[in-house]
Amino acid sequence: MHPAPSVIVFSTLSGLGFGLLFWLGIDANPPTGLAAFIFFAIAFALAVGGLLSSTFHLGHPERAWRALSQWRSSWLSREGVCAILALLCMGIYAIDLIFLQIHATALGLIGAALSLFTVFTTSMIYAQLDTVPRWKTPLTPALYLSFSLAGGALLSGRVNMAILLLVIAAICQFIWWQRGDVALSDSGTDLGTATGLGERGTVRSMAHPHTAPNYLVKEFIFVIGRKHAQKLRRIAFGLTFVLPIICLLLPFSHVLAIIAVLSHVAGVATSRWLFFAEAEHVVGLYYGAR
Amino acid sequence: MTELPTKTDRTLGLVIDLDTCVGCHACVISCKGWNTENYGAPLSDQRPYGTEPMGTFLNRVHSYEVQPETGPAQTVHFPKSCLHCENAPCVTVCPTGASYKRVEDGIVLVNEDHCIGCGLCAWACPYGARELDQAEGVMKKCTLCVDRIYNENLPEEDQIPSCVRTCPAGARHFGDLSDPNSDVSQLVESRGGFDLMPEMGTLPVNKYLPPRLKDSWDDQSLLAPLLEPVAEEAQGFLGWLDKALDKLPGGTA
Repeated sequence: MHPAPSVIVFSTLSGLGFGLLFWLGIDANPPTGLAAFIFFAIAFALAVGGLLSSTFHLGHPERAWRALSQWRSSWLSREGVCAILALLCMGIYAIDLIFLQIHATALGLIGAALSLFTVFTTSMIYAQLDTVPRWKTPLTPALYLSFSLAGGALLSGRVNMAILLLVIAAICQFIWWQRGDVALSDSGTDLGTATGLGERGTVRSMAHPHTAPNYLVKEFIFVIGRKHAQKLRRIAFGLTFVLPIICLLLPFSHVLAIIAVLSHVAGVATSRWLFFAEAEHVVGLYYGAR
Repeated sequence: MTELPTKTDRTLGLVIDLDTCVGCHACVISCKGWNTENYGAPLSDQRPYGTEPMGTFLNRVHSYEVQPETGPAQTVHFPKSCLHCENAPCVTVCPTGASYKRVEDGIVLVNEDHCIGCGLCAWACPYGARELDQAEGVMKKCTLCVDRIYNENLPEEDQIPSCVRTCPAGARHFGDLSDPNSDVSQLVESRGGFDLMPEMGTLPVNKYLPPRLKDSWDDQSLLAPLLEPVAEEAQGFLGWLDKALDKLPGGTA
């Protein structure tokens, strides 16, 4: 799959933003006043910035409001509805804390649940697709949720919780990669089933429909990304989990905290790039590629 | 609404005969022509005379080689367009309701005024049947020439999809696959029509008819008896000439 920068930025930033909103929402003793303002400003900047970025890849961004209508059947629509509800709830919750010093506990809990559900809906957009065997697994929601919760805990300064969740997220990521590498071959779909000619012999693509590539080839067949995939996995793993955990285990300092956060964000972005770049869409089979 | 209808009144679709398709791409061209001038946004081209010319097509013809365990390989030309699946994953993923499957005839269409061009339906389609038009930013797909098949301004013989009308080999057939007595259903029945990627659970309406197996080297040709030599010995003037030349010195051939 083509790793569109807007979608990678969206899922990286929004995941962190909604993760932070979750922890702020369930906090029994949340920050108030200026401290609350800073935390919520960061969370909203990440979540809203990510959402806005995701509209950049649309053919008609001005019609994006229509995407809120099909929540009964479409995970993408559910994501939009959930994101807006979560941001509304947490917006009111934030105003109460910043300006009125009021802690609306129930509202925070509802907002936290909606924030987490938004991340879940994002993951289901990918996990629902039979056409991309690497994504079609309950491990994909587990991956997105564990990343979001770990990132949120890290951003909100919950050191022990962040270490625990980073370890869990690292395990999810490791298993997700291991499974992903055999997902396409395990799916049973190949050029034989794609053409229905597989029982007659070995099917080989002899000539593409056109000499030049097309939208399908550019969108679904991204092979250059796989050249350095193993190296990038190690880099992503180190930046997302190992370096932040080391920083958190060392005696606290603001510099180490900033390094942990920046390293984590860069690592998540790398992991998300691989999420797309390594994914094989079955349409590639028709073009003799994977 | 992007929920799929539980049942459609008719199930219009194509039956594509891989045995007779010669891979001429006439269906591709006629499809591009008709659908650029009619329903919805035109099918744009990018750099048509430059390097890497690209464009939107609703129908593309692949060519495959099938190599059996023994014997010669077989070439199969393989036209592919929207299969108008009964369980169309492209419809249910649409966030705006722009993609829908019609109750009256099962055709899967895109309302281009509501399409935001997110591309998720193309991701959900295992067949590569949907292409995001790079100029218009909306999703394009086969409409089964919905603007031809019900168009009473056209002569009756033209009230079929453009690709079917054009195919010079008669490899494309159009009809109602829910009617077991229709020509297309009979073709599927008698020729063993099959689905593409049945494991995806999409229940495609369009069916493909298998190419016949290639003759083996050892098969007796039907024409062989007719190719037997009819005259072992030359007769008449040539016979006299043959004998006369044999008698001359210098040996025989």
